[in-house]
Amino acid sequence: MTNTSQIQARAAMMRVRFEAAGAQVVDPPLLQPAETLLDLYGEDIRARAYVTSDALRGEQMLRPDFTLPVVQMHMNEGAEPARYTYSGEVFRRQEHDPDRPNEYIQVGYEVFDRNDPAGADAEVFSLFALQLRGLPLRAATGDIGILTAAVQGLRTTDRRKAALMRHLWRPRRFRVLLDRFAGRKPGPEGRDTLLDAENPLGLDVPMIGKRRASEIEARIEALREDRDTPPISDNELAGLETLLNVRETMPFALEQLRDIAVDLPQITPALDRLEARVASLQARGVDVERLDFEASYGRTSMEYYDGFVFGFYAEGRPDLPPIATGGRYDALTRQLGNGAEIPAVGGVLRPDLMLEIEEDAQ
Amino acid sequence: MSLKLGVPSKGRLMEKTFGWFEKRGITLSRSGSDREYAGKVEGIDGVSLILLSAGEIPRELAAGRIHMGVTGIDLVHEKLPRWEQQVEEVSRLGFGKADLIIATPACWVDVDTLDDLDAAAAAFRKTHGHRLRIATKYHRLVREFLTEAGVADYNLVDSQGATEGTVVNETAEAVADITSTGETLRANHLKILSDGLILQSQATLWRSRVAKYTEQDKAALSALLDRLA
Repeated sequence: MTNTSQIQARAAMMRVRFEAAGAQVVDPPLLQPAETLLDLYGEDIRARAYVTSDALRGEQMLRPDFTLPVVQMHMNEGAEPARYTYSGEVFRRQEHDPDRPNEYIQVGYEVFDRNDPAGADAEVFSLFALQLRGLPLRAATGDIGILTAAVQGLRTTDRRKAALMRHLWRPRRFRVLLDRFAGRKPGPEGRDTLLDAENPLGLDVPMIGKRRASEIEARIEALREDRDTPPISDNELAGLETLLNVRETMPFALEQLRDIAVDLPQITPALDRLEARVASLQARGVDVERLDFEASYGRTSMEYYDGFVFGFYAEGRPDLPPIATGGRYDALTRQLGNGAEIPAVGGVLRPDLMLEIEEDAQ
Repeated sequence: MSLKLGVPSKGRLMEKTFGWFEKRGITLSRSGSDREYAGKVEGIDGVSLILLSAGEIPRELAAGRIHMGVTGIDLVHEKLPRWEQQVEEVSRLGFGKADLIIATPACWVDVDTLDDLDAAAAAFRKTHGHRLRIATKYHRLVREFLTEAGVADYNLVDSQGATEGTVVNETAEAVADITSTGETLRANHLKILSDGLILQSQATLWRSRVAKYTEQDKAALSALLDRLA
């Protein structure tokens, strides 16, 4: 069994390598204000993070990851461009699997740079691949930016697009919405009666609660409008479905995606960016011919990523969580930047899992 | 030592549990005064009665401090993560039936389903600057249910009693609570979402999988199970 000091020694070594690549060491506090995290993740974060509190600062969370505090720090005081590295504990509540640790060490690398995003994506990925060299791992990559481009370019109302975008990270709810907007699924029973009613609010019940009559009326108006909106076309729907299922090695994936762009031309700029990334990866010596690309990758767990996403998985150990994950999160810097924004990409590695796999191999 | 049976210490739940065992030839009673939480078991050997609050019974079963216990399915599922590994369902007792449901104000004519709730929550957050609040004491069950359903932009707020009143008081916009007849919900102008049933609960006899059983306890357990069969 590996012990804590071995894990810490490995983490320190990896951090030094990131420093050598030009990163500045940062050390965000263990306790993070709960409000920012709740704002960003909603109630879901309560299932994943430990919450504590005091009378002065209110609710605090034990750092569930580094990305958020590092982004906040950079947006408040960082110089441009910047590269950061860190290592330390993160804490995750575990309610289902007692074998998963609730505390472990992450080592990370984050790049805030306006120039050459494809180059920055490739830089992070290839540095991670270097840190993981020799381990029996499989890399998966994806690109949330292609999905968002596909949704935002649909020939339908802004309201529908916003609803789809909001649930991009919840594949089941996304599917339900898509089916409804494509006219494949009827609304709930009695919905037509409600929408056809002259005075839908004329029920014999009192208005209670903070959600006012005007808000209910506005939603009914929105539902009426939506009912009168033509369904998303079969062409677009088929394109979207094919897109979601693309799963190939990089060159074949790109080829398939270019075919899909015939029906969904809105993804072309995102595909150009993917192509530039592939070239940058290749220039850094990554074997892109054998690199996996899954269009849906990162949709379930990586909520703040909005472009390139990647993960490294242990072959033969499907029980283990990913050994490393990362991606691009330009929108997060916008959300936390009070008007400022900067393209950013980064990721984290798990030294404890790396040591475990090395032990397996011996 | 004896086989410890935990039973709710108060009210109808206690009386009905006593009645259920009585029908099977086992007489449970409170010893001494009404205020004393000690109990007596007649009609079977090697079993002792522990009177506890229904809410504490899941924890006592999981800690192995009692071997058997009567409490609601809702409380076991809420309080014990991976409950199947800690307790085993022996028998559903047929009373204390209640549904854990999600309810919204009846005046929300545009909200019938979780789908609607999600859409309303998104708009609510934009208008009011905070997430739509759902009052409950069943945090884990409700959160898992809503996550599974893909509902976003809500917040759970804790309510340990009079949950139905939170909407009128504007400390929450919706509730997730236990109901048997729906009477309290209606009286508070709330309605249940058509797909808002989280769990159907009733009083249930559980066996702890983690408690230590001596030879004597095992004999008492098997005698007890024979009587209940």
